[in-house]
Amino acid sequence: MASTILEMRDITKTFPGVKALSNVKLMVEEGEIHAVVGENGAGKSTLMKVLSGVYPSGTYDGQIIYRGDECHFKGIHDSERKGIVIIHQELALVPMLSIAENIFLGNEHARYGVIDWNANETRTSALLKKVGLKEDPNTLITNIGVGKQQLVEIAKALSKEVRLLILDEPTASLSEKDSQALLDLLLEFKRQGITSILISHKLNEVNRVADKVTIIRDGRTIETLAKDDISEDRIITSMVGRSLDDRYPPREPKIGETVLEVKNWSVYHPIHAERQVIKGINLNARKGEVVGIAGLMGAGRTEFAMSLFGRSYGRRITGEVFLNGKPIDVSSVSKAVEHGIAYVTEDRKTYGLNLIDHIKHNITLANLPGVSRHGVVDDLRELSVANEYKAKTNIRSSSVYQMTGNLSGGNQQKVVLSKWLFANPEVLILDEPTRGIDVGAKYEIYTIIARLASEGKAIIVISSEMPELLGITDRIYVMNEGRIVGEMAASDASQEKIMRAIVRGEGKAS
Amino acid sequence: MSTESAPGPQTGVAQDLQQGPRIAVSALVTNLREYGLVLALIAIMVFFQFTTSGTLFKPVNLSNLVQQNSFIIVMALGMLLVIVSGHIDLSVGSVAGFIGALAAMMMVIWPLGPLSNPLVVSIICLIVGGAIGAAQGYWIAYHRIPSFIVTLAGMLIFRGICQALLGGGSSVGPLPVGFKALSSGFIPDLIGPLTLIPPTVNAAGKTIVGSGLTLHMTTLVIGLVAVLAYAYFGLKARRTRERHGYEAEPFSLFVVKTLVISALALFLVYQFATYRGLPIVLMVMGVLIALFVFVTKRMTIGRRIYAMGGNAKAAQLSGINTERLTLMVFINMGVLSALGGLIIAARLGQAVPAAGLGSELDVIAAVFIGGASAMGGVGQVIGAVVGGFIMGVMNNGMSIMGVNVDWQQVVKGLVLLGAVVFDVYNKNKA
Repeated sequence: MASTILEMRDITKTFPGVKALSNVKLMVEEGEIHAVVGENGAGKSTLMKVLSGVYPSGTYDGQIIYRGDECHFKGIHDSERKGIVIIHQELALVPMLSIAENIFLGNEHARYGVIDWNANETRTSALLKKVGLKEDPNTLITNIGVGKQQLVEIAKALSKEVRLLILDEPTASLSEKDSQALLDLLLEFKRQGITSILISHKLNEVNRVADKVTIIRDGRTIETLAKDDISEDRIITSMVGRSLDDRYPPREPKIGETVLEVKNWSVYHPIHAERQVIKGINLNARKGEVVGIAGLMGAGRTEFAMSLFGRSYGRRITGEVFLNGKPIDVSSVSKAVEHGIAYVTEDRKTYGLNLIDHIKHNITLANLPGVSRHGVVDDLRELSVANEYKAKTNIRSSSVYQMTGNLSGGNQQKVVLSKWLFANPEVLILDEPTRGIDVGAKYEIYTIIARLASEGKAIIVISSEMPELLGITDRIYVMNEGRIVGEMAASDASQEKIMRAIVRGEGKAS
Repeated sequence: MSTESAPGPQTGVAQDLQQGPRIAVSALVTNLREYGLVLALIAIMVFFQFTTSGTLFKPVNLSNLVQQNSFIIVMALGMLLVIVSGHIDLSVGSVAGFIGALAAMMMVIWPLGPLSNPLVVSIICLIVGGAIGAAQGYWIAYHRIPSFIVTLAGMLIFRGICQALLGGGSSVGPLPVGFKALSSGFIPDLIGPLTLIPPTVNAAGKTIVGSGLTLHMTTLVIGLVAVLAYAYFGLKARRTRERHGYEAEPFSLFVVKTLVISALALFLVYQFATYRGLPIVLMVMGVLIALFVFVTKRMTIGRRIYAMGGNAKAAQLSGINTERLTLMVFINMGVLSALGGLIIAARLGQAVPAAGLGSELDVIAAVFIGGASAMGGVGQVIGAVVGGFIMGVMNNGMSIMGVNVDWQQVVKGLVLLGAVVFDVYNKNKA
C-alpha cells in the first residue's frame, strides 16, 4: 500500500460574500496521478491556490498534511521549497527570454550574482530531453508554440526537484497531438515516482491517465473514485449533480433560404505577406441552420472567420460576401455588425471582454445605440437589457454589476454571447464556443445555439471537438490548410469521415 | 474611513432589491474610493485652515485658489480621458505655454486689425490647440507610436516654439483687460448687491476696505439654484430607479451625502458672495466639469473610451473604431491644453516663456490622485477634479504657511505616492 503524500483536511475558504470551499477533503497517494474535476467555479483552482500558498496559511480553515507534516505555507516559495509545483492554465513564461533563461529564472546557476551560462544550458538540455522537447535552450519562448511552452513549464518544474506536480488544465489550448504527448509524459513521470494532480475538463484524458478522481461541486468534495470505478458517465453525474443522458439538446431544424454566402475568399498572412492563409473559400449558411467548420489546429478557421468579420485578420483580402442575395461590404467591424454579422471569439479574455468592467457594460458594448438616444445612454434601459440577457443565457453572478474578470470561464463565455445576441445578428459565427468550459455550461451553450437556430438565425460553429460538431450542427465543412476540403450533412458525418476528408485534402494540397 | 469593512463582489451602485440588508454596506464600500477622496480633501482643507490661522477660507484667498489652479483642473479633464484610454500626454504644459505666447502675439504684437479681438484670438487658439492634438494623436492612433514618445517630442517642440515666438527670454504684454477677465474677472451682479452691514467710514471720510458686509446676490442665487437642482435631480433619479425596481443606495446615505455636499457648496458660495462674486474662470470650469461628467457617465462615446482603455482588442472587435476614438481623445486634450494656456496668460496678464512649465506633471498627478489607473480603463472625472483641488489647496496652503517651494514639491510627491499606494492596497484587499 502506497503512503499518502498529501492530505487536505476540511479546507474552508471564504471570500467576502461567497464560500468558495467548504470542508473540502483531498487525499493523494505517493506516485499516483490524481485528477480533480468539477464545473467551472466549483473551486478546483481555489483549492490548488490554497495548497500552493497563493492564499497564505491563516486565510483559510483546515489543515494541509504533506509527507506527514502539517504545513503552513506563507507563499508560493514555501510550497516550492517542499517540492510542490503548480503549473497554471495561463503560462507564466517571459516571451522575450530564452528557454534556458526561463527555466532558471530566479534560480540561476550563479556565483556572486554572475550567471554561469554553460551550466544553465547543460542542465536545460538535460531537462528538455526528459520532457521530450527538441529545441535549442537559447530559443526564445515567443518563437515556440503553446504546446512546447507547456513542456518548458514542466521542465522548469522538474528543475525545482518536484515531488508533487499540479497541472491546471494543461491541455486547454493544446492540439490533440500535443495533448497526447503531454499525457504520455505524465505517465512517464509516474513511472519515475513523481505524484501529479491533474485538473482537467476533458474527461477522456482523465479516463486515460488518472488513477483516482476527486469530484468537486459547489465548493464541496462529492466523491473520490478509484481507477476501476472511473467512467465518464459517473463523473458527469457527480459533477453536475444530475445525469446528463443527452450531452446535446434535441432540436428539429427548420432550414430556410440562404442567408450568408461567401465566394472565393482569399486572405494573406499579416506579416509574411507572400503566405496565403485562406485559399479561395466558398461557403454558405441558411436561415435556421447550424453549420460547423471542422479542422485541425492551424487549418485557418479562425483566420477565415476574423478576416470575414471586418478584416480583423490578414492582408490583401479578396472575395465576395452576400447577405440574403445582396453583396455587402464587411471592410470594418462596424459595417459587418451593421449588416448583421457577429463573431464570438475563441479567446474571450483577450478579444472578447473588458475584464475590468462589469457584466452590464460588456453586454451592451457592441450595440450601444440600442440602449441610447442621441449618444446618451439610457441607464435603466441598459440595466433591464443586461438583466434580460443575464436571465436568457443563465449567467451566474450576484448581479450584473459583477466584474467579468471575476467570473468563471463558462459565465464569461455567456457574457460574450449575450453581447452579440443583443447586437441581434442574422449570422452568428461562434469560434470554439465551449473551449475551457465545463460540461454543465457546455450544455447551456448548446441550448442557446439551438434556440437561436429555431429563431431563424444562421449559425456557424468552429470547433476542434468533433463530437460537439456532430452533436449540434446540421452541415459540416471540413477545412485544411486554408481550403474547404469537404462538406457533408451532419447526419452522414462521422469522426472518421471528417478525418478522412482532412487527410485526402492534405494529399491534394501537396 | 473604515477601510476594514469587507468589499463585496459587487462593484456597482445599484443592485437587485432582493439583496436588501447588504445594500447599505456594499454601497458604502463601493463608493469608498470616491468618499475617501472627498474626505481627504476636506481634511486637507481643515488642516490648512488651522495652520494658516484661517486664511485659507478667506474669500479673497478662495478666489486666488480658484484662479491659480483652474488651468490644472481644466487640463486634468482632458488628461483623464487620455489616461483612461491607456495613454499619456506629456506635452500639455508646453502646448499651454505655446498657445499663451500665440495669443499674446496675436493680440499685442502682430498687426491683425479686428482679428486681434480677444474673443476671436481665443477661438483661433482653441482651434490651433485641437490641431496640435490631432497632429500628435495621428501618430499615436494610426501609426501606433507610443504616446509617451510622441508627446515627449511634443513637449520639446512646443516649448521651443513658445520661446522662439516670444523672441528668446522676453515676455509679451500687457494683454487687453477684456482678455484678462477670463482669469481675474468676476461675474457681473445682475440683481444688484445687498448691503447687510454698511462699510465703516474713517475720520478722513474714506471707507475702510474689507469692512462691512455686502453680498453679491447673483452669486448667491446661482449657488442656491445649483444646490436645489442638484438635490432635485438626485431625488428624481432615485425615484425613477425605485419605480423600475432598482435600489440605488440607502435613503439615509443619500440624504447625508446630499446635505453634506450642499452645505459645503453653499458655504463656499457664501464666501464668494461676500467678496466680489463667482470668478468667471470658476464658472467656465464648472460648466466643463459638468459636461465631462455627463460625457463619461452617460454618453456612448464615454463608454467606448473606457472600453478601449480596458481592452482595446475587444473594443475593436465590438465594432468600435479605436483609431478614430484615440485621435478624438487627443484632439480634446489639445483644445483643453489651449484653454489652459489662455487661462494662464490671462492670469499673468502677459505671455512668458516659462508659462505652464512643469504643469503636465501636476495635471497627471491630479488624475492619478483621483484614482485613475495607469493601465487604462479606470478613472473618474470627479476624482481627477478632486485630485486637482487637493494639489491646489496644498500649493496654496503651503505657500501661505511660507513653506519653501523645494519642500512643497517633496510633500506633493509624497501625497501622490501615498494616494496611489492607498488605492492599490485597497484593490488588492478586495
